[in-house]
Order: sequence, then structure tokens, then C-alpha cells
Amino acid sequence: MQALYAQLLVGLINGSFYALLSLGLAVIFGMLNIINFAHGALYMMGAFCAYFLLNIAGIGYWPALIIAPIAVGIFGMILERTMLQWLAGLDHLYGLLLTFGLALIIQGIFQNYFGSSGLPYAIPSELQGGMNLGFMFLPIYRGWVVVFSLVVCLATWFLIEKTRLGANLRAATENPTLVRAFGINVPRMITLTYGLGVGLAALAGVLSAPINQVRPLMGADLIIVVFAVVVIGGMGSIMGSIITGFALGVIEGLTKYFYPEASNTVVFVLMVLVLLLKPAGLTGRAA
Amino acid sequence: MSALTDDTLPVTPRAMRDEMLMFAAMAVLLGVVPLTGIYPFFVMQALCFALLACAFNLLIGYGGLLSFGHAMFLGTAGYCSAHALKVWGVTPELGIVIGTAGAAALSVVTGFISIRRQGIYFAMITLALSQLLYFIYLQAPFTHGEDGIQGIPQGYLFGIFNLSKPTVLYYVVLAGFLGGFLLIYRTINSPFGEVLKAIRENEPRAISLGYKTDQYKLLAFILSGTIAGFAGSLKVFVAQNASLTDVHWTMSGEIVLMTLVGGLGTVFGPVVGAFVIIAMQQYLAGFGQWVTVIQGVIFVACVLTFRRGIIGEIAHYFRRSL
Repeated sequence: MQALYAQLLVGLINGSFYALLSLGLAVIFGMLNIINFAHGALYMMGAFCAYFLLNIAGIGYWPALIIAPIAVGIFGMILERTMLQWLAGLDHLYGLLLTFGLALIIQGIFQNYFGSSGLPYAIPSELQGGMNLGFMFLPIYRGWVVVFSLVVCLATWFLIEKTRLGANLRAATENPTLVRAFGINVPRMITLTYGLGVGLAALAGVLSAPINQVRPLMGADLIIVVFAVVVIGGMGSIMGSIITGFALGVIEGLTKYFYPEASNTVVFVLMVLVLLLKPAGLTGRAA
Repeated sequence: MSALTDDTLPVTPRAMRDEMLMFAAMAVLLGVVPLTGIYPFFVMQALCFALLACAFNLLIGYGGLLSFGHAMFLGTAGYCSAHALKVWGVTPELGIVIGTAGAAALSVVTGFISIRRQGIYFAMITLALSQLLYFIYLQAPFTHGEDGIQGIPQGYLFGIFNLSKPTVLYYVVLAGFLGGFLLIYRTINSPFGEVLKAIRENEPRAISLGYKTDQYKLLAFILSGTIAGFAGSLKVFVAQNASLTDVHWTMSGEIVLMTLVGGLGTVFGPVVGAFVIIAMQQYLAGFGQWVTVIQGVIFVACVLTFRRGIIGEIAHYFRRSL
């Protein structure tokens, strides 16, 4: 039973990353109509940013949790202003191709300087150790990751679905011209939205740094799983991304316990099943 | 939303004549390669990728479907051929048939699943399916995991042509490439190809005209996957191995890049693009990981400034269809 609970916890943690990443993808897709292939690379940049902060500037985990998403978010906004905005109005496949190219560039540069092996990042001292819950041993950091990312996901959901800013954002997604006529600076909103989505990816990167090692390709394989998550959940709703992300992480964890051979493929197999039964995805609107 | 490819010129007798001339020039140029000092293995490898890119282009350039998982056909056909040749000891022609049939079967299944969604979802689904296959091949015993299938015997094609002689192998690969190319060319200029273009331009309109667009897209997907598999089978004889790199999604990205550089939706673009990218990898190999960065820069540059690709720009300049 111990092993089952441990795998469930690992599943929840992976689910947190899936949720944070697919949430960012959904936010970006909503405003820019672009599937951000560079999302995995930006997630990796978040982790590296935390690593640099610690090893060069001596800045620890807690400030990095704020600084890294902002820094990578600004980098993302520069990308949006200099490149992505020129694709507005074109077929959105071009956005996919452009961000794929960006991902190659970013990952290639990091691979040149850091190879493919992982760099360690220590768990902050406040979160070291674990708790005995009676039925299982809970490493505190892992519990923290699950709770913290859940809070961030819900905060993002609240921001977009329940605030005035979010209302403007959703309106601009529906009809940018009309929203512009109300005196809202839509291009700036798009840039900030991209920054927000990228920031969420970088935040996931910082969270994962102490668990998984910091590697240039850490986001490359993850992003394909996240794409499968997105196909399963559909990108129709913010809440859908969050729930699907966590749920698939848990299913993956359960598979690892009951039938480990399939743990790498279970998300893709689920994607196939969902496509056969419900092509629009679980929460998605028909594309 | 604008169409993926430039508004293609109508197929006039002049356009057909241009393309035929271009084809003849290409066939002659490629035919004399063994007489020059060019390294034949480089050209053979480029020819396999050129056919692969042409097959991919059939789908995106004429059907508007961006498949980000075309490496799965290359890899699957490669593994099927390699296993049949090495373990079962079949003849080369049977090895090619088995590999191509494997890719065809895979394209039926994956096509049936992926055409249920369009646009970027289609791209993500094909990518996810190819990653699913990657993990299966990583664990399956017959692929030998990370090692791949090595040392594949080349044998005698039809019992006559000795494939271990580079010149003979070269002409066999060239014949395979030209045959596949003509099949694709014939397809895009057929009524079927016209319907495909209509679907690319405006799918709801094609549906309202009474076409079962899903069936057309599925057929195009199967055709594309099968030809891509054929290219993968030929590549087994050139490289004499089948490995995981052929199934990995970075390979799918390279196929997209080749087509994009040469020109999406042009007849000859993928061929030129494949040669450019393979040459680049060959001659820039010393730069190590920087090659990835350079490829990324080319991707970005193509999408931002150079969307028609090399052949697309030339054709646009001369107002010709190539």
C-alpha cells in the first residue's frame, strides 16, 4: 500500500505540472490563437533561472519563485512583441511552426553550455524532511508542490473568470475590434497574456527544479504529454485544463503502480480512447 | 484566416509543361550523380528524405493537414523492413513491401484517429501518436531498444541487382524516389487532388458541395503515410540500420523544416528543402549542438519572412507553378 500512495503522490505532482502547463497553453491559445510549442523550453528556462539565481547571485528558492516567472515572462513578452505578433491573422499553424523553431533555438543553446545531464537543485531547508501521516510518509516538499500549484491554478482561474481584467480578456478573445473600440489596448493585453502564460510555465519549472534535475531537455518530452492532456481535456475552459491535468497525473501514477510497462504511454492511449469516443475532448468545444 | 499556401496558379498546359521540364531536369541531374565525384551515400540519404518530405507535403500543401508525426511512418517501415530482412531473411523486394505495408497499416489506424480533429489539434494528435509509438519501440524486444537493428544485409534485388554495390544501390534508390514522386505528382493533378485542394481552401464549402471530406482526408493521410513508409524502407538499405532516432519527434520536426524551407505546397520544394537540410547537417556536423540552433533559426526565419520557401519564392517571382 505504501508504494501505491507514493505513486499517487508522484502522480499528483506530475499532474500539477500538467495543469500549470496546459493552463498556460490555454490562456495563450485563447488570446493569440497560437499553440505555444516553446512552452516546454520556457518551463526549462524557469528551472535554469532558479539555478542561476542560486549559484551566481546566491538568491534562494523563495525569491526565485517570484523572480524566475517574472524574468522568463518578460523574455516571453519580448518574443511576442518581436515575432509572434507578426503572425496575427495568418493560419495558426504558422504560430506552431514559429514556436517550434524558438524551442529548438532555446534548447539548443542550453544544451551547448550545459550538455544533456542534469544539474542538482537542493530542496529549500524549510521544506526538507517529511511527515508520517500514519498510512504513508509524505516528503514535505512534494506536498508543498501539490498545494502551491493548486492554489496558483485556482488563482489564475479566478483572475480570468471572476475579475474585470479577466472579463476584458475574454471579451478581447471573442471580438478584439469591438473591445478596442471601448478604449482597451488589445495588443498590450495580448502581450501581457503571453507573459502570464509563459510565467506559469516558468513557475512550474522552478517548482520542479528540486524534484527533477535541471536539464536542457526537461521540457521537451514533457510538452508532448501536455499536448496529449490538452487534446483529452480540450481547451474550452480554464477549469477543464486544471482538472484534466491533475486527473491525468493521478491516472499515470496509478498505472505506474499496477502496470509499470504502460506508464509512459497511458496518457497517449487515453487520448486515443477519448478521440474515438468524444472527438471534441472532455471539456472542449468543437474545434 | 489565410490559407496555408500561396494562392496556387491554376493548372494550365504551360504549368504542366514547366513541371515536366523541371522533372526531366531533376531526373537527368540526379542520374549523372554517380559519374561525378559526389559522395553517393549523401545523395541517397537526401533522396529518401526528399521522398519523405514530398509525402508530407502532399498532406499539408494540398490537404492543409499539418502532421507533426510523420517520423512514425519512416521509423515503422524501417523497423519492419529491417526485421524482415535480418531475422526472417527475406529478399530485398519483399523487405520493401513488408516495410511499406507496415507503414500503410499504421497510417490507416493513426489516420482514422487523427482526422477527427483539425488544425493545431491534428498536429498535436499526430505528434502524440508518434510519441506513443516511440515509447512502444523503446520497450519492444524486436527493435533492440537504444541499440536499434544493426548490420542489415542488402542482398540482391529481384535476384539480379547487387545492392551492396553503391552505384547499383544508388540507381535503385533513385528509381524508387522518381516513382514515388510521380505518384504524388499524379495524385495532386487528379480529380482527387482537386477535391483535396478544395478542402484545404474551405472545408465547410466542400462539405456543402456533397464531398465526404473525412474520407478524402483519410485517403490522403494513408497515401502520404504509405509513401513515407516506402521512403523509410529504402533508407534501410542505404543506412543498413533502423534506430530510435527515426521515430523520435525531432525527426518529424526536420521533415516539417525540409518542406518549409523548400516551399509548402510546391511540387519540387520538398526535394530542394531535403537536399538543403541534409547537406547542412552533413557539412555543419562539426558544430555539434549548434546545428539544432541553426535549424531553429531557419524555422523562425522561414515563418517570419520567407513563408513561400525557396521554390515557392522562385515560382512566385516568375509567376510559374513549380
